[in-house]
Amino acid sequence: MKIHEYQAKELFRKNGVPVPNGGVAFTPEEARGVAQTLGGFPVVVKAQIHAGGRGKGGGVKLARSLEEVGALAGQIIGMTLVTPQTGPQGRLVKKVLVEQGLNIAKELYLSILPDRATAQNIIMASEAGGMDIETVAAETPEKIVKVYVDPLLGIQPYHLREAAFRLNIPAAAMKPFFALLSSLYRVFNTCDCSLVEINPLVLTAENSVIALDAKVDVDSNALFRHKDILAYRDTDEEDPLELEASKYNLNYINLGGGGNVGNMVNGAGLAMATMDIIKLAGAEPANFLDVGGGANAEMVENGFRILLSDKNVRGILINIFGGILRCDVLAQGVVTAAHKAGLNVPVVVRMEGTNVEEGRRILSESGLNLITAVDLKDAAQKVAAIVNA
Amino acid sequence: MSIFVDKNTKVLVQGITGREGQFHTRQCAAYGTRVVAGVTPGKGGQDMDGIPVFNRAKEAVAQTGANCSLIFVPPAFAADAIFEAADSGVDLIVAITEGIPVMDMMRVKNYLRNITCRLIGPNCPGIITPGACKVGIMPGPIHKPGGPIGVVSRSGTLTYEVVHQLTQQGIGQTTCIGIGGDPVNGTNFIDCLSAFQSDPETTGIVMVGEIGGTAEEDAANFITREVTKPVVGFIAGLTAPPGRRMGHAGAIISGASGTAQGKITAMKASGIHVCENLGTLGELCAKVF
Repeated sequence: MKIHEYQAKELFRKNGVPVPNGGVAFTPEEARGVAQTLGGFPVVVKAQIHAGGRGKGGGVKLARSLEEVGALAGQIIGMTLVTPQTGPQGRLVKKVLVEQGLNIAKELYLSILPDRATAQNIIMASEAGGMDIETVAAETPEKIVKVYVDPLLGIQPYHLREAAFRLNIPAAAMKPFFALLSSLYRVFNTCDCSLVEINPLVLTAENSVIALDAKVDVDSNALFRHKDILAYRDTDEEDPLELEASKYNLNYINLGGGGNVGNMVNGAGLAMATMDIIKLAGAEPANFLDVGGGANAEMVENGFRILLSDKNVRGILINIFGGILRCDVLAQGVVTAAHKAGLNVPVVVRMEGTNVEEGRRILSESGLNLITAVDLKDAAQKVAAIVNA
Repeated sequence: MSIFVDKNTKVLVQGITGREGQFHTRQCAAYGTRVVAGVTPGKGGQDMDGIPVFNRAKEAVAQTGANCSLIFVPPAFAADAIFEAADSGVDLIVAITEGIPVMDMMRVKNYLRNITCRLIGPNCPGIITPGACKVGIMPGPIHKPGGPIGVVSRSGTLTYEVVHQLTQQGIGQTTCIGIGGDPVNGTNFIDCLSAFQSDPETTGIVMVGEIGGTAEEDAANFITREVTKPVVGFIAGLTAPPGRRMGHAGAIISGASGTAQGKITAMKASGIHVCENLGTLGELCAKVF
């Protein structure tokens, strides 16, 4: 789960990671109110959306007076911000973070993330702060410092020294850097983060070390033990159909690529392979809905309703390999949903596995206009022919 | 022959009295698997279809000689169940549970380094040696006993699709393993490839990967060096957009790493017969094997 910068900074503050003074504002008046408490200018006004590259899209501005804070907040709140990460449709900004400006001496990059290959936590850092770290890694890999931490051991003083010396932290800033990094590791570890990232981390002219930016992603599977972080969830930032599906424990993914084939599949791997084969057949998948292994007829019904409500979809492919999810259960769910919602697009069905004969019988006796396919290849070709007609 | 499980495997089921645990224990037993014990804390002394239930895994192992644990414990308690299984002395742990926090699996993975016990999964369908032993949730009847092909995959239903196509071509399987769709898991592709390479009954291997991480690239390097048997490969997720988690926790393209194209290139370079259209995988296997 992604959280906003201002929320990430709240977590940082609670755990002793220094951040600039500031606060969130939902209106220009609130923004001026926050700025007044900061005791001086310049002040930074930053759009709060779940996507990076906000500065490039005009979502981060410097204000030198209270009037300017109000004016800039008024411009940013309500704008549709387009950044390299939002896609061309952009994201509506509903709030801004208003923060004190800093006297920056040097900008660094610092992050912590789990490394799947080694099962170690990696502290990743660079003196090339403020830049896109993927670019730094690709063009100048020698500028990236990696320190591996065994999760059973936890962070040790030598890890802190290794990071600090390799980053050429000045002697006067060593102690604050150690404090920041060990606090940051605590946030990472105690909040089940899949990423904590500070870009840039700032060394000030006064030798303090401050997180100018903050990005925190939390492992969604661990939210059961973090009720406080779950409260940070911002459903405005989520795709409405994905949100609707999650209410029924269904996994719906909008591929966002302008496709027009909707898909109902069981299992993530099979779903991805189904997308691929549709593309090979000359059509473009719009989305997929994974009904999972243990779906019941009601979940299938809700899933099918969600697929039908996607306006881009001109044909639906149902590809189910019945294991635990029996084909007859799936068929019953589809029939019920189709009768309730009405079938406004052609549906191709390919089923295999447990109780497949019973499932096929239910579909053929339903009176619905369903197109059956004998195998995966046949299914992909049939649905492609429909949407390309 | 087969790898990791056979007719001598004696299975204990952790979480045997839960809905999933009960259902799949019955399915495994009906397939012929020797399910000898169950564990549910607080329900020791009861039985499930005549299978004795214990409070503790160690107790179950001591009393029944179980050498494999199949785990259906919910995600919040699953890491604890894996630790308990590892300390009970079983040789093999198969964790079906989906949704275990990554931090928990990181601790499990590092703890298991010092224990001679294999973990398969989590977030996987399990392992089956067709006709002999099913430790997992896959539908038994789609498999064809007697070999000679080994199957290893990161997915569940996609593996069923692959196995189904093999069986339809008349090609049997020695052992089929789902290693799971999580970013941090126990047994990896290389462990399975190495075991299939050493298994005299296995003459060829099907390897099914997907986007995310570098497991397929690592496996391809291993195949170049160590595997002489023919390998057919498939990668799911060619059309997956970057930065999106595609249902499996581990299936995500991060920046330039983890793409399907990168994996396919690495696999082709190591001599793997890469299938680009899942609909034709069975036919390709019939040609290669």
